[in-house]
Amino acid sequence: MYIIVVGGGGVGYYLAKALLEEGHEILIIEQNPAICDVINDELGGICTRGDGCEVSTLMKAGATRAAMFVAVTGEDQHNLVACQLAKHKFKVPRTIARIKNPKNEGLFKKLGIDVTISGTNVILEHITEEVPTHPLTHLMQIPDNGLEVVELRIPAGSASVGKTVKDIPLPAGSMLSLIIRKDQKPIVPVATTVLLAGDQVIAVTSAASEEALRAALRAK
Amino acid sequence: MKKIVIMGCGRTGGQLAGMLDAAGHSITVIDVDAYSFRRLPPEFKGKALVGNGMDQEQLKKAGIEQAEIFIAMTQGDNRNIMAAQIAKHIFNVPRVICRIYDPLRQEIYQTLGLETISPTTIFADMLKKRVED
Repeated sequence: MYIIVVGGGGVGYYLAKALLEEGHEILIIEQNPAICDVINDELGGICTRGDGCEVSTLMKAGATRAAMFVAVTGEDQHNLVACQLAKHKFKVPRTIARIKNPKNEGLFKKLGIDVTISGTNVILEHITEEVPTHPLTHLMQIPDNGLEVVELRIPAGSASVGKTVKDIPLPAGSMLSLIIRKDQKPIVPVATTVLLAGDQVIAVTSAASEEALRAALRAK
Repeated sequence: MKKIVIMGCGRTGGQLAGMLDAAGHSITVIDVDAYSFRRLPPEFKGKALVGNGMDQEQLKKAGIEQAEIFIAMTQGDNRNIMAAQIAKHIFNVPRVICRIYDPLRQEIYQTLGLETISPTTIFADMLKKRVED
């Protein structure tokens, strides 16, 4: 598969290296000549110098025959424009953009970028998983319908402890899917399941109801 | 009187802001560098806000939700393109104008539905006419 990577920084370099090892045809587009030289020395002549947001560069790169286009520079606006040019001018079937500001995810999706990867979000997710006191962890986003799978822990002393699921005022659009309790098999909660302090709850919720779900399960 | 948000207070942005302000429009200029506001005329009555026009929160502070016109005027084509698309597609600003120096990029975004202006093309055409006259 012919894959064009825009940006030869850390992310672009190791991505290209991994894709090469899988047998793909790779071209990196990078503006900085010193970085180009390093890549060409270390990975073989796969790096061309240029601006990945310029039509002439993409033309020379043979973007029309690329199966995938990945923009991983450090700036969201460059990644957006490079992907939009690839998609609309060169009809590349799949475009992937790295984003730094997680708030841009919605914009990129709306503008037709097929996949967005937010380093900030990935790191945040790992950090929040490691910090046990963090009230809510995002486990997965379900594309298309705006739902997400989240994890919460029930702290001792919260109002939901000792209550049955049906008595907890869950927001519309939220559903408890699984309760993981120490030294027990996971429980699929039903209306009469009683929540205990320390329970780990996996729930499905809309992004808009996230705050209300957190409050319903964790508020004192 | 129109509510107008201008992103980028360079020479053109600053001058445009001053002219529209003098014409009685309600202007907010947003720029990442407070020093660039020196270009606004002393009698400027609009708002000058330090901030990044590619950030949705900061655009909100600039009043993008009430704006009738958004003009992207920074030095960076891609910055202008991204901010203009945020204004158009996230905040549904009725009219969005975007400066794009690169004529090829300008053409593509024009076909994608943005109102774009390429000073490069305009200026080159103008010079050509002068030379040939």
